[in-house]
Amino acid sequence: MTPGILAIIVLVLTVAGYFLGRQRALALAKREGVRLHSLPSHYGQAVALFTAVPALLLMGAWLFLQPLLLENQVSSQIPDSVIPEGGARSLVMADVRRIADGMDRLVGSGGLNEDDLSSMRADFSNIRGRLAEVGVALGSDVEPAVFEAAKSYRSIAGTSTLLRNIAVIAVALGFGFLAWRQVRPAMRARNVSETFIRSLLIGSSLVAILTTFGIVTSLLFETIHFFRLYPASEFFFSTVWNPQFRGGSDLGVLPLLWGTFYVSFVALLLAVPIGLMIAIYLAEYSGKALRSFAKPAIEILAGIPTIVYGLFALITVGPFLRDWIAQPLGLGSSSSSVLTAGLVMGIMLIPFVSSLSDDVINAVPQAMRDGSYGLGATQSETIRKVIMPAALPGIVGAILLAASRAIGETMIVVMGAGAAARLGLNPLEAMTTVTVKIVSQLTGDTEFASPETLVAFALGLTLFVFTLGLNILALYIVRKYREQYE
Amino acid sequence: MNMLTDAAVEEKLQSASKPGVSKMVGKDVTVHYGEKQALFGVNLEVPEKQVMALIGPSGCGKSTFLRCLNRMNDTIDICRVGGSIMLDGEDIYDPRIDVVELRARVGMVFQKPNPFPKSIYENIAYGPRIHGLASKKSEFDEVVETSLQKAGLFNEVKDRLHEPGTGLSGGQQQRLCIARAIAVSPEVILMDEPCSALDPIATAKVEELIDELRENYTIVIVTHSMQQAARVSQRTAMFHLGNLVEEGPTDKMFTNPDDKRTQDYITGRFG
Amino acid sequence: MTDLTAMPAVVDSQSRSLFKRGERTRRRHAAEKRFRMIGLAAVIFGILALFGLLGSILNNGASSFRQTYITLDIHLDPAKLDKTGDRDPEALRKLTTFSYQPLIKMALDALVEGKGVSVEGLTSKDLEGMISKEAPAELRRFVLAHPSRIGETVTFAFLADGRIDGYYKGRVTMATAELDRNVTPEQLRLADKLKDAGVLATRFNWSFLTAPDASDTRPEAAGLGVAILGSAYMMLIVLVLSLPIGVAASIYLEEFAPRNRLTDVIEVNIANLAAVPSIVFGILGLAVFINYAGLPQSAPIVGGLVLTLMTLPTIIIATRAALKAVPPSIREAALGVGASKMQAIFHHVLPLAAPGILTGTIIGLAQALGETAPLLLIGMVAFVREFPAAPPGGFFDPASALPVQVYNWTQRGDPAFIERASGAIIVLLVFLIIMNLGAIFLRRRFERRW
Repeated sequence: MTPGILAIIVLVLTVAGYFLGRQRALALAKREGVRLHSLPSHYGQAVALFTAVPALLLMGAWLFLQPLLLENQVSSQIPDSVIPEGGARSLVMADVRRIADGMDRLVGSGGLNEDDLSSMRADFSNIRGRLAEVGVALGSDVEPAVFEAAKSYRSIAGTSTLLRNIAVIAVALGFGFLAWRQVRPAMRARNVSETFIRSLLIGSSLVAILTTFGIVTSLLFETIHFFRLYPASEFFFSTVWNPQFRGGSDLGVLPLLWGTFYVSFVALLLAVPIGLMIAIYLAEYSGKALRSFAKPAIEILAGIPTIVYGLFALITVGPFLRDWIAQPLGLGSSSSSVLTAGLVMGIMLIPFVSSLSDDVINAVPQAMRDGSYGLGATQSETIRKVIMPAALPGIVGAILLAASRAIGETMIVVMGAGAAARLGLNPLEAMTTVTVKIVSQLTGDTEFASPETLVAFALGLTLFVFTLGLNILALYIVRKYREQYE
Repeated sequence: MNMLTDAAVEEKLQSASKPGVSKMVGKDVTVHYGEKQALFGVNLEVPEKQVMALIGPSGCGKSTFLRCLNRMNDTIDICRVGGSIMLDGEDIYDPRIDVVELRARVGMVFQKPNPFPKSIYENIAYGPRIHGLASKKSEFDEVVETSLQKAGLFNEVKDRLHEPGTGLSGGQQQRLCIARAIAVSPEVILMDEPCSALDPIATAKVEELIDELRENYTIVIVTHSMQQAARVSQRTAMFHLGNLVEEGPTDKMFTNPDDKRTQDYITGRFG
Repeated sequence: MTDLTAMPAVVDSQSRSLFKRGERTRRRHAAEKRFRMIGLAAVIFGILALFGLLGSILNNGASSFRQTYITLDIHLDPAKLDKTGDRDPEALRKLTTFSYQPLIKMALDALVEGKGVSVEGLTSKDLEGMISKEAPAELRRFVLAHPSRIGETVTFAFLADGRIDGYYKGRVTMATAELDRNVTPEQLRLADKLKDAGVLATRFNWSFLTAPDASDTRPEAAGLGVAILGSAYMMLIVLVLSLPIGVAASIYLEEFAPRNRLTDVIEVNIANLAAVPSIVFGILGLAVFINYAGLPQSAPIVGGLVLTLMTLPTIIIATRAALKAVPPSIREAALGVGASKMQAIFHHVLPLAAPGILTGTIIGLAQALGETAPLLLIGMVAFVREFPAAPPGGFFDPASALPVQVYNWTQRGDPAFIERASGAIIVLLVFLIIMNLGAIFLRRRFERRW
């Protein structure tokens, strides 16, 4: 029984619970000749909620914990001897899972029954061939120990699933029945169901915390794993990035950070002045007609997915810069470069800077403008010497937010900046960034437990820390600024 | 008058109706905000080096008229001004006129104190800086000091000139704004209910200041307080529903007005 | 109290005429004008950037909606396809596409001969190369679906090879064909003759929207079918998960949450999640959903879950704004007639906030639809030719997604794929425009001002 079907069963029980609860309330009220405390539907709701929620929570927890427990159980059965030199236990475990999966399919397709399976021995049967028939390809022949582990994996998983199904249905029926028994006219059903709904609302808002928790733990966990395989000091201070398939890689983060900051710097160099001037012009100068056209047009830029900017960098901006600037000047011959990615990312950030600055500029009170005009200042003097200084903290906040987006941006740099890790100054050369390397290390063919793959998590953590720091700082500055005028 | 050859100056000499007496003259001034008319042909002369009070119930057009005198209404898109307003015989609504220079000569102080979010020093120095009235540090220091002294604020703030102007009390802020207006040495200072946001003690100080400034500046003040008008002004103009009801010496206006509406307003029957 | 004589007469104001502009004023006005011009230039730059961006994509991608086809009469020769003659489906299935290639070759030869359009120097390999490598597969699918028609002569419109197609789209010229190993000028000359003969035509290309992806050597056959379906599955998952969770969380935070530390932590979390780089969510998906929970790679369920987590902050922020916009008087009115707080919210506040919530949801979905980076990490970049099954089972089948398909195509060698990628972006943008117009419509139609 898959979780989906189980969930449907619980839902059916829930609906049944609703009607039974409602009916019991009405029947009791009629027999005892008293008024119900709440509406009949509240009694139904209460029973339905008690049926569904504990059962679904149990199911969620089981689904979450089962892989963890299963892994520990089975992994202890695998002797160290079958773990290949330089490989990791987790790789063998991946094989175990695949074999178990293949066995399920074999049984499912009718090619094998359970008895055959339990008597099957890795030393005698051609397991690899049989599994290939059902579309499970294995890299090598199966070690007997691994096969036995797979069998026990499968049986433990089967037992666990069975237990889960029984437990979930029992909880649904049990709680549902208890709630149904509680139904009587004097029961404050509305309060019960409302308290229940309220806890559901709280639960939903905790998803945000869970997500952050998930991000932080998954990044931290694998990063620690990485630093066990690769020295942290090398990672943070080495200036060479040169991953190798067969170990011995240099995985210094500095060239990637340099590329990231260089591209972001170019992007901000374009986006900040232009975004700011757009915000100023549209807020202070432009006529209605221009504003009603230009404002939405620039907002459209913000709604365009970054993959579109990436393609723009790849097919238009990159070749243009290469053919008209880099090659004539003899500065480079690559269409992907810091300048390509930086310019395109700058365009992406323009609406971001301009709409944030717009908010900030509009938050400066009209009295400031009046004061300045009253002294005979021109409009641009008022903007430059009164509005800008007054809005400065807010604008700095906006720039920090834009910087955080630039650092975390992926598709534009993947398609526009290049893949060569380099510590250079020439903006027409290809360089690479943290995000590009996360993508390339996690989509490559290297095995998961190798430092070459795990480094992506360390890079991810670096990225997360940088952007989080910038965001917190920016939000703090913007909030302080708002308070100033409220 | 060193540029007599200039045609504009000729014009000025001819059209100056009461030279040395009337600083500003409004003729048939009308104002529309979009469809709505706010002023209906106001004729008013502002005497030089005196304080003129504009009074009247809310929405009567007195603030609108005040804002016409240095074209602050220009900042409102839908506002149209008709008629003519002369400053020393020159029409300030002439298309050749530069509002920037006009406002340097006709300064303004607003209802709510609006110091810039800069230091006290920079608040004062802002005007002279944009108009190029000073260039050296010592000149700025001097302008700042004398302006603050004239506004009666110097002794209170001399030790914290480089702290933000927004840190002062409301009354001090308003006097800072007056000092800021003085710093560009205007000829006329317009004040739009300058004391409405202040407590009585701060109000008294500002009123005292206004009385002293009269020696050097022409002052037009909009006020809701009859007592204030009586205390600080030499002439008073009464507005009602966008019309000028009557204008005259303050003493006469408060003791023996010609118009019944003025009497009713002053005695508190409406407003 | 003051020293009035201390004021220096900086300028003798009486000597100034308003009509006389000083040098300094002139400079100040020039500066004003410059500043204005810079502002205007910035606005123009922004608008030009938008048009440049869209123009470049349209220019490169519009042609992917048209494709060149060659019409061929194929004799489905029983001697080649079904030697036993019993139309046994098992036996037919054993025939690979290689057995179909000769039929196409024969038909081509017959066509060239029949129309008298031979071109000097054209080898028979060149002739075969005019037709897409997809053609034998198409033929085989047809025969397997209609075994009874073996022996008949059937008219097919086969895709022309990508280079021939490129010739009619300006990507390939006689000059480039000289240098290109994959196409010869003779082929192009023959193509022109076939066009004159009405056999070769360029027309609207539905299969771009419906067909699955195709391998590196046959860009002409590559389509967006799997990607569109995969994106649709993910959007469904995002909608079903993020709307209820987002609305529930917003109701709690906006209406019930006490001012305490937990609430603060949640608020800070939501604000920060909204700004976490999308690729970090991809890492989360890989580590938690795939490595830990064991969900399959490349599956819409994983993509949907990751995008849900990314979309939640957007929906929560929009929903809270919508709830906040409902005036307290509505709540008080409901409470005043004895409704519980829960009833007041669910019966009165929520329906009034619904347009705002829907608008925010659509905008959140539009963002999710265009998101690429996290999907790369959870394996959606894989080459998928099989359509996923119907939901819910299909949520666990491998699929692609629109933006990922774009990325995928840009990584291929043949320049024809750049056209495809741009075309796919046009499709993506059309979806986004429809969603945003929907949001604008909702806002205009139901917006209330209190």
